Amino acid sequence: MSAIANTPVTDTMDGNAAVAHVAYRVNEVFAIYPITPSSPMAEHADEWIARGIANVWGTLPSVQEMQSEGGAAGALHGSLQSGALTTTFTASQGLLLMLPNMFKIAGELTPTVFHVAARSLATQALSIFGDHQDVMAVRSTGFAMMGAASVQEAHDLALVAQAATLESRIPFLHFMDGFRTSHEVNKLTLLPDDTMRAMIDEKLIRAHRERALSPAHPVVRGTAHNPDTFFQARETATPFHAAVPVIVQAAMDRLAGLCGRQYRLFQYDGHPEAERVAIAMGSGAEVVRETAARLAADGQKVGALQVLLYRPFSVEHFLAALPATVRGIAVLDRCKEPGGTGEPLYQDVVAAFAQAVANGERTAMPRIFGGRYGLSSKDFHPGMVRAVFDEAAKDKPRNGFTIGIDDDVSGTSLPFDRDFDIEPDATTRALFFGLGSDGTVGANKNSVKMLAEDADRFAQGYFVYDSHKSGAETVSHLRFGHEPVHAPYLIRHADFVACHRFELLRKLDILGPARPGATFLLNAPYTANAVWDHLPRPVQRHIIEKQLRVFVIDATKVAQDLGLGPRVNTILQTCFFAISDIMPRDEAIAAIKASIEKAYGRKGGAVIEKNFAAVDAALAHLHEVTIPVDLTGTDNPPLVPDDAPDFVRTVTGAMMAGRGDAIPVSALPVDGTFPVGTTAFEKRNIAVEVPFWDADLCIQCGQCGIVCPHSVIRAKTYAEDALDTAPDSFRSAPVNARGFPDSRFSLQIYVEDCTGCGICVENCPAISPTDPDHRAIDMVDKRPLVETERKNIAFFETLPQVDRSRVNFANVRGVQFLEPLFEFSGACAGCGETPYVKLISQLFGDRLQIANATGCSSIYGGNLPAHPWRAGADGRGPAWNNSLFEDNAEFGLGYRLAIDKQTEVARHLLAELAADIGDDLVTAILKAPQVTESELAAQRTRVAAMREKLAGRIDDIALNLLALADFLVRRSVWIVGGDGWAYDIGYGGLDHTLAQNRDVNVLVLDTEVYSNTGGQSSKATPLGATAKFASAGKEVPRKDLAMQAIAYGYVYVAQIAMGANSEQALLALREAEAYPGPSLVLAYSHCIAHGFDLRFGMKQQARATAAGYWPLFRYDPTRRRSGENPFRLDSPRPRVKLADFAYRELRYKTLARSDRERADHLMRQAQAVVDERYRTYEDLAARDGSRFQPNWTEV
Amino acid sequence: MVDLATTWLGLPLAHPVVASASPLSRSLDGIRRLEDAGAAAIVLPSIYEEEIEAEDALTLALVEEGSWTQPEAAGYFPTADTETGGLEARLETIRRAREACAVPIVASLNGSAPAGWVSFAHEIEAAGASAIELNLYRVPANIDESGEAVERRWLETVSAVRAAVPIPLSVKLGPWLSSPGHFAGALVGAGADGLVLFNRFYQPDIDLATLTPKSDLELSSPYEIRQALLWISLLAGRLNTSLAATTGVESHVEVVKYLLAGADVTMTASALLRHGPDHIATLRDGLADWMAGRGFDSLAAMRGRLAADRLETTEPLLRAQYAEMLVGYGGEPR
Repeated sequence: MSAIANTPVTDTMDGNAAVAHVAYRVNEVFAIYPITPSSPMAEHADEWIARGIANVWGTLPSVQEMQSEGGAAGALHGSLQSGALTTTFTASQGLLLMLPNMFKIAGELTPTVFHVAARSLATQALSIFGDHQDVMAVRSTGFAMMGAASVQEAHDLALVAQAATLESRIPFLHFMDGFRTSHEVNKLTLLPDDTMRAMIDEKLIRAHRERALSPAHPVVRGTAHNPDTFFQARETATPFHAAVPVIVQAAMDRLAGLCGRQYRLFQYDGHPEAERVAIAMGSGAEVVRETAARLAADGQKVGALQVLLYRPFSVEHFLAALPATVRGIAVLDRCKEPGGTGEPLYQDVVAAFAQAVANGERTAMPRIFGGRYGLSSKDFHPGMVRAVFDEAAKDKPRNGFTIGIDDDVSGTSLPFDRDFDIEPDATTRALFFGLGSDGTVGANKNSVKMLAEDADRFAQGYFVYDSHKSGAETVSHLRFGHEPVHAPYLIRHADFVACHRFELLRKLDILGPARPGATFLLNAPYTANAVWDHLPRPVQRHIIEKQLRVFVIDATKVAQDLGLGPRVNTILQTCFFAISDIMPRDEAIAAIKASIEKAYGRKGGAVIEKNFAAVDAALAHLHEVTIPVDLTGTDNPPLVPDDAPDFVRTVTGAMMAGRGDAIPVSALPVDGTFPVGTTAFEKRNIAVEVPFWDADLCIQCGQCGIVCPHSVIRAKTYAEDALDTAPDSFRSAPVNARGFPDSRFSLQIYVEDCTGCGICVENCPAISPTDPDHRAIDMVDKRPLVETERKNIAFFETLPQVDRSRVNFANVRGVQFLEPLFEFSGACAGCGETPYVKLISQLFGDRLQIANATGCSSIYGGNLPAHPWRAGADGRGPAWNNSLFEDNAEFGLGYRLAIDKQTEVARHLLAELAADIGDDLVTAILKAPQVTESELAAQRTRVAAMREKLAGRIDDIALNLLALADFLVRRSVWIVGGDGWAYDIGYGGLDHTLAQNRDVNVLVLDTEVYSNTGGQSSKATPLGATAKFASAGKEVPRKDLAMQAIAYGYVYVAQIAMGANSEQALLALREAEAYPGPSLVLAYSHCIAHGFDLRFGMKQQARATAAGYWPLFRYDPTRRRSGENPFRLDSPRPRVKLADFAYRELRYKTLARSDRERADHLMRQAQAVVDERYRTYEDLAARDGSRFQPNWTEV
Repeated sequence: MVDLATTWLGLPLAHPVVASASPLSRSLDGIRRLEDAGAAAIVLPSIYEEEIEAEDALTLALVEEGSWTQPEAAGYFPTADTETGGLEARLETIRRAREACAVPIVASLNGSAPAGWVSFAHEIEAAGASAIELNLYRVPANIDESGEAVERRWLETVSAVRAAVPIPLSVKLGPWLSSPGHFAGALVGAGADGLVLFNRFYQPDIDLATLTPKSDLELSSPYEIRQALLWISLLAGRLNTSLAATTGVESHVEVVKYLLAGADVTMTASALLRHGPDHIATLRDGLADWMAGRGFDSLAAMRGRLAADRLETTEPLLRAQYAEMLVGYGGEPR
């Protein structure tokens, strides 16, 4: 947003920016909480406030990030009740958390607009993507509801909603489709400030303020009613709701007068005498409109009706908008309402017609049928719309249909033509396949802006990501031409295809969407002469059959030579412009250079120079490939091996290959239950360099394995003779501990699963005495290793796993032999969280039950296509579920309640069956200690013996005991989540859970910021660090959650940092688990959002502790029983200044750069906080044990 | 009334006492205080090669770190405002100092190898700096690199900055060279309009309590002037370049000595840190009093009186003096 503009200007932005632009201009207070895909709206507001940009009335708005959407709604409600123009931005679960306040706000006739990027609700699974489940779930709140179909509409309707809410006093929910509109970049005409001012009557703002609470004219609001008056009072609002449609239409008409864009409550387009009409809301309506126009042009009597104002639903306007000729109506709902007579919009349409017929306004009911489409951003394209129109022509159209999927279970799906293409030839369509890390998406966003800057050109960009945080694949869909682009669906027929990573050719059908004669740009490590023979056969076939022009460049090498690392974006963007002839080459190069300067600012000096050099070098290295006539390539091997489980081959494999849309309903689990261990089949091969083990230099300490975020370093010891069948390349060393004369030690690197972060190398203490650059593991080029390591891994997996009961759990060296039951996740390369997650899987995995809060750990832990949680060879392993973001502690406590109850029942049944099982065995089971691994192993043996005794029994009591027998072995409940959950949204539940004397273990993966949603400030964010919503540096210290828990007295509390002291971390996790009451472990987790090379993550953790910023301690209430001080401070006094730790991270450096004085000031305060907190811990550690409350926990 | 006017780097100055780079000239307020206290020109704290490169890296990281890599986060940091802060704040200080002050404002760049940072000289010039002082500060710790190679790199750096900007360029160098005079000439050949003699390398001490290297700032003292005094004397009149003397200017005595040796200006930071900006007037007035007492009516009349080219012999400056001292220590007391 730039300075106030009073003349209409065009710009290019996504829906979030377009909505925020208006919402920011016409509000004073934003009470928000980040949630995908709406977060950028609030972030824009935060940024504009930081830049001092005022709203249209000259006021600088303020933004308040809250602890949850529930909190945001409460703050918003309070702000509205106190007279400020207040809004919020939200989606999905966030909107649901606002539900109670929405009823209140509407009930009190309080004007506000909630701007929503509509998103799926978590049901059988979470999804961050778009549909109308969330907005439909709040349709009974009394909010008016408006839906926008495009970026321009979302921009305009945001203002219409604001004008209408002030006039009607009815609060509005204004929504656009999450991702499809919120993240689509398109050209739009911006509303000037004058228009915004003209649309909003300032008398209405004053009226809003006058209704606010004020001691100057006191009132009581929010009262409690009795049966005598509640009902009548509820009906007082009816006229206000009834007035809304007319008010909204009037606002739309006013807007049309000001800017020329006319909207209607129900927008009809199509044949004036249409017999078939399809009705939809949101972006789907635009697809319907465009398709209907094409079919009408072909002579079909079809039309499209877009519902803009859904609540209140004006039957009168609705009927007036529909041609009287209509006989068949298809209603498309982007949600699912199980058990209803149909989805919500369908029900409204049916009811509207039923009323009309009943009233005599219509003589007959048309054939109205409804169906579902586009859940979770399932692409909705013209082929699907045509299928719906075709269905509408039938005498008995399928009611309750689905479109876009193959529902082979309930038979609801309509067949459709995937290739039906309505787009004008004049629109150029381009697809770019790349990686998240190579800058492809950023470059393409930039290309869209560049193209649309020309007054006569329009452009659209939409970007699809996979779910991995490391090595994510991206597909950019770009359209441009001389007509506005109204095509909110993916490109199926491309004039230009670029593949920015050669390896993707082996995995995805990249040229499937290429049109005949299209241009293909390939980044390949081969010359134009040599590349052909390296292309997979299906790629060659596409090229020959479609007569594609092919250009090749080794952009990766050019980028490396120029010092740009993996960022091939500028080079390939230049190639795209050079060979696509969209604009004159010189003009394009000048525009690219101008955009580089804009991106990096005027001080980007060397960065700009490097990128300029990349632009200049691109064309010199770009060559057209002469296409041979012969197919010489090989077919792609299957993505998952033939011997993989059936589900993995047919379902997981299809998703990995980008064919998930074709998976039929019958292939998917009915209740969201998935098999574990499927990441083992991904073999993503994203690392360029991987660790290589020097068996001779290694001291077998386990420090590399314990910090590996992706569990790719495994250790085993085994009898020497096992090596008889080992491949020659298999490396091993004698076990370097005493007492194992004939045993060997091997460290195996799973190179195809490695992300190449290098954190293991930095943590390796075994440095060569002759070469300081050589350690027992070094990073080396992966390519030459893959084949041999496959063989080595295959052999390694035949070696027996070390017997758990023989492993020394007390040190890192021992723990390396425990098999990780969490592996190869999609977490960021160098992630600071996953080493802890992996460690609990090693320590407690075979009896572990995890409640996982939504966030990074639920995404890398549970996002399809593949799952990192797995079972061991005995079939046992962690059982995992993610309930919500806000309720994770309660969810885990629920586990414990159920486990305790069923354990109690099992013990009772066991006693009842003592005569059959044997008193000794029953007594042994009931009295068994179950703390150490050997004790647990002994108990498992006893339970197995008990099972044997009951084998063959068919009586209920025995069967019931057998069903519950597993509860006789102590189960380990872990409640896992990030600081956003523990400190903010889930804090109340966490506190309550800790306040129960139940055996639950809480692991907080503390990154000190909302990592998953992109670095928003949490209450764990430290003083002086910047984060979103704390861009000028956080002014207050992070919450001392540990001390709050310690205050309970009976909660086990530990603060750990693996990089500072891995042995202490290990000890704390084991003590926490063994403690029979509630335990809380705060684990320092470095994060991409801290802004440094995560290869050095563990070293930075060590600095955090050395600075006294993250002291290590354990508060163990059981020590109180023996009179000891339960508080142990495990890290020494600060040895370095906080600044020595902090200024290695971008989150601190940015403030020092932008405002040195303030940074110095905050750093002084932060140092004082560190010093004082450390003193407090030291005082605590120095106390006599009697100064702590007694421990009453029974063992 | 004596005439203290001098010319340095082609810039006319009211007198020869220049405030050299120190924390005092970090902020606009500090710069104005120095001017009010009477500084003839003000050198701002160095902008380091590493700072420029770090700023580039930071800009790159802020724009690119984790951006557009996953659907839930467009990036991980608050939107970078590349228009304010960091080096931009330093440039803004130059801009505002130029507007607020009448005396020349000299920006200092610190680097030792020609690279991308050199282009930052453009920014400094555009911000309005009267001149650039290029500080060739780098301990040549690489024992595989010859002195010749080090000097070649430094000369290339000077040439690169010279090529980048037309404003006067002064080069500050250290004394630890096999042939400082020859190298000084080469610097002038590479485009330096003036030389600043000498840089003080901050040499770390060892902290016996913590057994760690200790780097703290030792302010200079009058005892340290001799090296610069010697070389100014040897170069004045022989090289067609402006000479600035720095290090050890505590009182007017050192100012006088440097001027007699041939310096066009003297620079001080340590004395100002010890005594405050008003000490500039003490130095200036002390110089004027001394000159009046000795009958010099202008700086031109006294400057370079003891420069090598005006001495009958340079022996007293060089080896003979050294030999005499040795004899003095070992022989009979005289």
